[in-house]
Amino acid sequence: MKAKPRPPVYGLVAEFQGPEGLLEATKRAHADGYRRMEAYSPFPVDGLAEAMEFRRSRVPLVTLIGGIVGGCGGFFMEWFSATIHYPINVGGRPLNSWPSFIPVTFELTILGAAIAAVLGMLALNRLPMPYHPLFNVDRFDQASRDRFFLCIEARDRKFDPEATRRFLDGLRPVGVYEVDH
Amino acid sequence: MSEERKRMSSGRTDEPTPVVAPGYTYSSVSEKISAIVLTRRTPRFWWIAFVTAFLFFLLLQVAIAYLLYKGVGIWGINIPVAWGFAIVNFVWWIGIGHAGTLISAFLLLMRQEWRTSINRFAEAMTLFAVACAGMFPLLHLGRPWVFYWLFPYPDTMRLWPQWRSPLVWDVFAVSTYATVSFLFWYVGLIPDLGSMRDRARKRFVRAFYGFLAMGWRGAARHWHRYKIAYLLLAGLATPLVVSVHSVVSFDFTIAIVPGWHSTIFPPYFVAGAIFSGFAMVMSLAIPIRKIYGVEDFITMRHLDNMAKILLVTGLMVGYGYLMEIFTAWYSGSEFERFMSYNRTFGPYAPVFWTVIACNVLSPQFFWFKRMRRNIPVLFAVSIVVNIGMWLERFMIVVVSLHRDFMPSAWGMYYPTFWDLATLFGSVGLFLTLMFLFIRVLPMISITEMRELVGEKEEKAAETPAGRER
Repeated sequence: MKAKPRPPVYGLVAEFQGPEGLLEATKRAHADGYRRMEAYSPFPVDGLAEAMEFRRSRVPLVTLIGGIVGGCGGFFMEWFSATIHYPINVGGRPLNSWPSFIPVTFELTILGAAIAAVLGMLALNRLPMPYHPLFNVDRFDQASRDRFFLCIEARDRKFDPEATRRFLDGLRPVGVYEVDH
Repeated sequence: MSEERKRMSSGRTDEPTPVVAPGYTYSSVSEKISAIVLTRRTPRFWWIAFVTAFLFFLLLQVAIAYLLYKGVGIWGINIPVAWGFAIVNFVWWIGIGHAGTLISAFLLLMRQEWRTSINRFAEAMTLFAVACAGMFPLLHLGRPWVFYWLFPYPDTMRLWPQWRSPLVWDVFAVSTYATVSFLFWYVGLIPDLGSMRDRARKRFVRAFYGFLAMGWRGAARHWHRYKIAYLLLAGLATPLVVSVHSVVSFDFTIAIVPGWHSTIFPPYFVAGAIFSGFAMVMSLAIPIRKIYGVEDFITMRHLDNMAKILLVTGLMVGYGYLMEIFTAWYSGSEFERFMSYNRTFGPYAPVFWTVIACNVLSPQFFWFKRMRRNIPVLFAVSIVVNIGMWLERFMIVVVSLHRDFMPSAWGMYYPTFWDLATLFGSVGLFLTLMFLFIRVLPMISITEMRELVGEKEEKAAETPAGRER
């Protein structure tokens, strides 16, 4: 990464009016061979991530692992403390009275899975990220309101300031803006 | 409601009220909801209500300070009634805290789109109710400053919590519930916080929302992971809700006290929790929609649906009461029979009959559509149900304890000033947090409202034949 000279701009971003326009543009850009791009919308648009060949998310796997760690860890903690570390006879019950350990195991499974889901989602999204070049675009604050944006990044192999601008103009956007670093 | 029925009813004159009033666009929903926080003047109502709530919160602080100084003897508890208001309040608050997650998670999984405009503040309500609830068992400990003994932490005496005790299960259930509710609420808020950041004009306000939004920018890949994470959280929260109130009911059922030792408790507690939670959502939603003029978002359809849920869960709770009496009779145990008799005709009989009137009789109005659409009736019933559910917990906790096996050990329980101060103080804390939330954060999910508006537009554009999913 460092060997390459840094491109003068972050990329070019086109603004669209509706979700259909954005979806169509994303599909066309992908068909045209652009890969390093991202679409921005004020609410989730069905099929948008898929149009960029993004299908598999690792969030479910992370959640599953979190749940397994929480559940197994919880049960192990109870079993270990009740039978090995601090065995104590309560009303003549066996030391490993596993049915009594289930509620805590269940709660910790949910806790582990939920925390993993949230932190996993944030980490995979590289959030928190207080600064992003797109925030330099004045119009971009509409992305959280009613406008839809497609950004083709300068890192893309096919990116060319002139040709890409012409391509984006051809998608009939509201406007095309340069994104400074 | 299924598509089939929607189409059928659309032919009739009494078409169901839509979940959003027509005529809204992406930008107008964003504007309208964010303006409540960002640009519109804080209504005078807010100041009056906030200050009042805050005074009660101060009362709570005085009550807690005095409790820490003097000990639990300032309450009306005694032997045999060792669990008084603190536990009643705990169960009441945690029950109220169930509707938020249920509305958000369960109705999301069931694709009930009407949940959208009430989920945010129902979730906030959950969070604050759980905060109130969590306080009470700790205050009740006698030495609240050593509450951390309940957690497994590396201590020098090598001690561990007693895993076979429902009270320890409770610690895990309630703290997990508080954490997961917070995560669910916060994850739901992130895109809206981004919207608020972009709408805010003042530098400090921008920085505040910007910090909380964590740099959310609505990228498609982000949305993709976000939606999956949100759905997973909903899937995790739904069984969690059920487990939490079941565990709370274990606090009672694992004991052998007549009136507690009953297998019906877990489902009956969960139904009661949903019942009281929806009542609280209604008590809050009715004034809020009026004062903030969001009747277009929280429509009659929402109130109507919530009234139906109150009716159904009210019937379940009524079934619970009936079955307790039946089981007492059928068990042949004289203690169980006496408990039922004492509950209905003993010194606390007025509590029982008030409970029946509030929780079983009052929701019966909602069989009638006219009543389900009558705001004063809805509001009155929701308040009555809140009171009734508090009294129900009083009946379970106090009335069961005060006369158990041996008449020589019987006693009476009367609340003291400090009991009442703590109860009303906790209401003050709850409302204080609620009003702060309404003032600072978008109380309706802007993102989900945009989606709803978008779907409406799409549907309108399609031909009726294309509506089948």
